Amino acid sequence: MSDYSITHLRELEAEAIYVIREVGAQFEKPTLLFSGGKDSIVMYHLARKAFWPQIVPFPCMHIDTGHNFEETLKFRDHLMESTGGRVIVRLVQDSIDAGKVVEETGVNASRNVLQTVTLLDAIEEFKFDAALGGGRRDEEKARAKERFFSHRDDFGQWDPKNQRPELWNIFNGKKHMGEHFRVFPLSNWTEMDVWQYIYLEDIDIPNLYYTHKREVFNRDGTWLAKAPFMQLKEDEFYEMRDVRCRTIGDISCTGLTLSTANTLEDIIQEVAAARSTERGGRYDDKRSEAAMEDRKKEGYF
Amino acid sequence: MSTKENPAPGYLDMELLRFTTAGSVDDGKSTLIGRLLYDSKAIFEDQMEQLEMASQRRGEEQINLALLTDGLRAEREQGITIDVAYRYFATPKRKFIIADTPGHVQYTRNMVTGASTANLAIILVDARHGVLEQTIRHSYIASLLGIPHILICVNKMDLVEYGEEVFEDIRSQFDPFKETLNIGDVRFIPISALKGDNVVDKSTNMSWYDGPTLLEMLETINIRSDADFVNRRFPVQYVIRPQREEYHDYRGYAGRVAGGVWKPGEKVAVLPGGFETTLEAIDTMTGEIEEAFPPQSVTFRLAHDIDISRGDMIVPVEQQPHIGQEFDLMVCWLSEKPMVLGGKYVIRHTTSELRGIIREVDYKVNINNLNENKEDKSVGLNEIAKIKIKTSKPIFYDSYEENHITGSIIIIDEGTNNTVGAGMII
Repeated sequence: MSDYSITHLRELEAEAIYVIREVGAQFEKPTLLFSGGKDSIVMYHLARKAFWPQIVPFPCMHIDTGHNFEETLKFRDHLMESTGGRVIVRLVQDSIDAGKVVEETGVNASRNVLQTVTLLDAIEEFKFDAALGGGRRDEEKARAKERFFSHRDDFGQWDPKNQRPELWNIFNGKKHMGEHFRVFPLSNWTEMDVWQYIYLEDIDIPNLYYTHKREVFNRDGTWLAKAPFMQLKEDEFYEMRDVRCRTIGDISCTGLTLSTANTLEDIIQEVAAARSTERGGRYDDKRSEAAMEDRKKEGYF
Repeated sequence: MSTKENPAPGYLDMELLRFTTAGSVDDGKSTLIGRLLYDSKAIFEDQMEQLEMASQRRGEEQINLALLTDGLRAEREQGITIDVAYRYFATPKRKFIIADTPGHVQYTRNMVTGASTANLAIILVDARHGVLEQTIRHSYIASLLGIPHILICVNKMDLVEYGEEVFEDIRSQFDPFKETLNIGDVRFIPISALKGDNVVDKSTNMSWYDGPTLLEMLETINIRSDADFVNRRFPVQYVIRPQREEYHDYRGYAGRVAGGVWKPGEKVAVLPGGFETTLEAIDTMTGEIEEAFPPQSVTFRLAHDIDISRGDMIVPVEQQPHIGQEFDLMVCWLSEKPMVLGGKYVIRHTTSELRGIIREVDYKVNINNLNENKEDKSVGLNEIAKIKIKTSKPIFYDSYEENHITGSIIIIDEGTNNTVGAGMII
């Protein structure tokens, strides 16, 4: 350490911790959006580092589509219990039952879009004024222009043409009543950075990320998992395969990767050699070229 | 450093370089970035497919690398980039963050935004047109924002038959501005982004050029001395009080080191009170550390229990920053609503927020010829001016030239809460 250089992972870590502390300082009622996926796990780890030895001074919130991999929920509850964290769970099913959203029908039905309504309702219910998200700019084109501090109007919407300029590391979280911010501490991380950081820090992740046997079917080149609520098209069929998740989201749209990666080292090598982005396996993004941009405007994660 | 066996060699030892790119639509800037991403294999198959589809829809024969960076739908439709977009790629030596900013006159604010966090600026010049007004404008903004390294890429060399004299001529056109602009490190590279000459691979068409390729330069430029290692500064960001049994009396001051190297045992002063104490320990979740330096995020513990809150600054006893309520700065105006002379604004400086009044406009800079205009005092969107601000409380600052963190402010409109100005203290 004699030449005071810092590796890029430590620089990204320092940046993320700085952003998370800004949220703790600038907002009255922040929350951390926790999905059980690797990005939110890393974000929670960074939040613990940011405030240590204080316990993370705000709750996590999980918007549960009900279409989960069961392992994710167990993992979430264990993590919170072992670190003294708090998690609020809000169910998309409740929004459906209340008639606020209509469930999609057909073989490609997904609850991914419906989450937005549940999320915005929960933000209003708890009067959250900032929600930390694990979004990264490298994930998708529309995210490449996202700010660290992303302003949302009182309808929870994002206006890509009217974003506040963000200079140096001075973040402007000032807002009017009813407005809130989404904050993305991992903005500058790539998928590879996240994996390398998990490796460097020995962070626990759900077993789903490692290769396991699972019943899957192939839809337009994407491998999807068997689940009670999934409908097969005529020419589709279930088969047992060795697969792992590159992302963990709603089971109805999370593509699985055929893989033999059993360790973090294997995964890192696989990611290094991969020829498609992790969102490439997300069926929800394939709906149109501007799919993500549309969902973000409406208040998606 | 980790002693683990590294599954992807080099990756855990990489440095981070942030750079910005400036140039107009026609300079081939998007093509250059597309080329860097493509040749360094940062483009994935599904992105490639999307790109092919999009190019075909537009009736283009070749894959249009520029489409990679044009993120939002409005931009794709109009064929222009309207905001700062961030791109990422890595080689075994470094990880790169590109702040891709549009170069039109009206988008100075985006360029300033992108430049504010950059170690390096790439400025594109069309080999056929040479140094233009906008080249000067881009270089000026780079120097105003204190970017330590500037690479001038003379692009489209394929269209001037890869001629050495064209390149040399452009280099000498730039010479007179070097001094006015006060940029330490300027380098020139002849490239063709479209054909790939000297971007990642060495050109076979320009044997007269024996310098490094663009990527080689990005990989090797020394960025370690870019942070301020002279002035020790630690703005307090958050006060940590665990209120847990085992840390009952714990009180820590969390923040990001803004300057200098800190070691436990040193005498420090806390501003604004000026109370002197000793830095007892530097804490992190994984244990105490021996020293802290920029840009680390750490927690300071002090020997005395004093009343410290966010916005205070920990500094060495003998090397303190300026303390004052009135200071001069260069400002770039970012809002369509012009600056109001005598108007009140919210000022954010490091971790403190206070109110301020615009007291004076000294001059406006014509960024196309760098002339100072002392007559016209109206400062509108995308304009740059030297002004004087008075704040409601004293701030602790250094000049921007010395320290980018303690020398910068943002100006916020009290009514809309929008960020309307970016200031660099002189």
